Amino acid sequence: MKLDEVPQDHSSTYGGHSKLVYAVDASGHYQGTQSDGWEPEAYSTLLAVAELEAQEAEAREAWQRGELSPLKCLMYRYRMDEAALSQITGLWQWRVRRHFRPDIYRRLSTSLLARYAEAFGLTVDELRRYQRELP
Amino acid sequence: MTAFEHRQSAHCESGVMASLLTHAGLPMSEPMAFGLASGLAFAYLPIVKLGGMPLIAYRMPPRHLIKTLSKRLGVRLTSRTFSNPEQGRVALDAALDSGRLAGLQSSVFWLPYFPPEMRFHFNAHNLLAYGREGDEYLLSDPVFEEPVRCASADLQKARFAKGALAAKGLMYYLDDVSPDQDWERLIRQSVLSTSRILDGMPLPWIGIRGIQHLAKCVESLDPAQVKYNRLYLTHIVRMQEEIGTGGAGFRFMYASFLQEAGEKIGDTSLQEASSRLTAVGDDWRQFASACVRASRSKGEAPDFRPIAEMLRGIAGQERVLMKELGAWAKRKG
Repeated sequence: MKLDEVPQDHSSTYGGHSKLVYAVDASGHYQGTQSDGWEPEAYSTLLAVAELEAQEAEAREAWQRGELSPLKCLMYRYRMDEAALSQITGLWQWRVRRHFRPDIYRRLSTSLLARYAEAFGLTVDELRRYQRELP
Repeated sequence: MTAFEHRQSAHCESGVMASLLTHAGLPMSEPMAFGLASGLAFAYLPIVKLGGMPLIAYRMPPRHLIKTLSKRLGVRLTSRTFSNPEQGRVALDAALDSGRLAGLQSSVFWLPYFPPEMRFHFNAHNLLAYGREGDEYLLSDPVFEEPVRCASADLQKARFAKGALAAKGLMYYLDDVSPDQDWERLIRQSVLSTSRILDGMPLPWIGIRGIQHLAKCVESLDPAQVKYNRLYLTHIVRMQEEIGTGGAGFRFMYASFLQEAGEKIGDTSLQEASSRLTAVGDDWRQFASACVRASRSKGEAPDFRPIAEMLRGIAGQERVLMKELGAWAKRKG
C-alpha cells in the first residue's frame, strides 16, 4: 500500500477518529500514516452491528409478547451471544437458555440476577423490575 | 524520569511494548517491537467461536508479544493479575504514584472513550496508564491519536470484565531495560521463529496451511445460504482489518519491520523481502474487497472460487517468502 492509496473513506464506525496504518512512500520507505476509514471494513462492521440489532429487536418483540424473558434481548443489546453470556456469568449455557423462559426468569434469585446485572452493567433492581413487568 | 510521550500505534500490544521500551531508554518503533517478538502468524480456529463464527487470527495470541519481547531483550517483566479487583486498583495506584508506567489489559466494551460501533466484547486490549488526576486515570491508548482520560469506575470494570481471555486486571511493567542489544542476533532469531510459525507447523489450521484451509472453507460455501455467507465473508474482513492490524492483517507492519531491520544490520535481502511482503499485503486487501463485493452482490449467486484462488495465491507467495527468510536466518546466524 502506497501513501496515496491509504483509504480515507470517513467511516462512521471510526467515530471521528483516525487509526494508524503503515504504508510506503514514493521511494518504497515505510512510514506510519493516518486513515479515517475504509469502506469495505465499515461495511463489514455495520453488517455485524445490524445483525445484532435485528436479533435484539426480534428478542424484544418476543419479550413484549411474553414469550421470552428480557435476558435474550439484553444479551444482544450488550453485544453478546449465548456462549459469551454463559462465560461472563459463569453459568452453563443450558441454564442461560432456561432463564430465557419467562416463568423461570420470574423466579430467579437475587444472586443469579446479580450475575446478569454485572454482565450487562445494569442494576439488580432493574432486572428485578423486569420480573414483574413487560417493556 | 522524563515526561511520557504518547504515540499512536496500529496495534495495541506492540504499541504498548514499544512505548514502554522507548520510555525506559531503549528507542523502539512499533513494527520493530512486533517483528522482534515474532508477532506475525495466521490461525484458523473453528473450535473457538466468536459470535458463532470461527476465530481467524493474523497474529500470535494475546500476551505473546509482551512475554517474547521481554525475554529476547533480556528485560525484567513484572506482571500481576488479581483475584480481588480492589487489590488491582490499589496496586495500579501505587505503581502510578511511584512514577511508573503500567501496561494494562482490559476489555474494549467497557471503555467509554471508544466509539460505540467499535465496542465489542474483546478482553485482550492493551493500554498504558501514566498517571491519575482526581478520580480519573490518564491513559495512553495506543490505537488513539491522543492520550485519553477514563473514570476509575469505568477502567475498573474494563480491567475486570469476565469472559473469554479475561484480563483479571493484568498489569505489567518493565525493569532493567538495557539500550545495548545484539541486533543482528535478535533479528535473525525472530525472523527464524516467524518463518517456523507460518511455514512449519504440523497442524492444518496454523500458518500457511491455515490460509489454504480458509481457502477451502470459502470455496465450499453453499451459495443458497446467502445470509450466512455474507456474515462469514465480512467476518473474515473484520478479523483482518478491524482494530489494530495496520491494514492487511499485520502484513504491512511486518514488512515495515523487515525494512527497518534490514537498514539496521545493513542487509539488503531483508529490504527485498519487505517489498515482496508489501505486495502480499496489497493482495490481502484485494481479497478483503472481493469478500465484501461478493457479500454485497444481489441477484445471481456469487462465485466463491476466484476468492479462494486469491487466498491460495497469497498462501503460495507467503510460503516462498518464509522459506527464503528461514534460510536467510539460518545462513549466518
